[in-house]
Amino acid sequence: MADYIIRDSYPVQTAAYESAGDASASIKRKLKQLGIDSAILRRIAVASYEAELNLIIHSQGGELIMEMTPQCINLISKDVGPGIADISQALKEGYSTASEEARDLGFGAGMGLPNMKRNADQFDISSKLGEGTTIQMGFKIS
Amino acid sequence: MITIRDLIRILDAKVLCGEDKLDEEVRSACGSDLMSDVLAFVKDKALLITGLTNVHVMRTAEMLDIHCVVFARGKIPSDEVLEEANEVGVCVLSTEHTSYVACGLLYAAGIPGTSKRTGA
Repeated sequence: MADYIIRDSYPVQTAAYESAGDASASIKRKLKQLGIDSAILRRIAVASYEAELNLIIHSQGGELIMEMTPQCINLISKDVGPGIADISQALKEGYSTASEEARDLGFGAGMGLPNMKRNADQFDISSKLGEGTTIQMGFKIS
Repeated sequence: MITIRDLIRILDAKVLCGEDKLDEEVRSACGSDLMSDVLAFVKDKALLITGLTNVHVMRTAEMLDIHCVVFARGKIPSDEVLEEANEVGVCVLSTEHTSYVACGLLYAAGIPGTSKRTGA
């Protein structure tokens, strides 16, 4: 068993543009109360928001999980599909399959995954077409 | 030190909410209507100049600790957007200048851009 101090899960619905950012705001506020350094917290918040937006824009629904251990914060994004056909393509800046609706709101510019990778100290993505995508990000806090 | 109060003078801007933040320092700025780009570039104590007036601008500001948003071309956001700004603690200004001119005026006043990317 891992020694989590905290493990919270936030369900994220597909196309829930209205509530986009609620999960990330909850995570950010909680970690701020716990005294996480503001520069690290901003990286976590950006990565979390990008992951949440991706779940809303691209997935058929999923969840965002925040785990805290004494050494690090982990963010895990898990969805139930549709999966990414070409991960190396999806990791390129500017590559996007987002809808017009997402673009009208100012998102879907193909910066999400690269931005998550850049902000996290550790980044892993796995995906299977028809099954879903899991992204794990780690942020050192000590 | 440049404060939000200085921005009001430079941009001939109106304060729409966050009057209590006018003496806070502004260290850098970003001008974009694309929140995806804002998320990739913004650093500490930054100002955002945008023409996009939806609620996601405030959510993006909250994630990045952006404490001031300037709406260009005289745009006034909805009450819902201003309520969100109040809730997340963002000062909101509106200027008649276009984004391009507003950015130029602020750059000339000594506020640098956020050209380096966020992240580790």
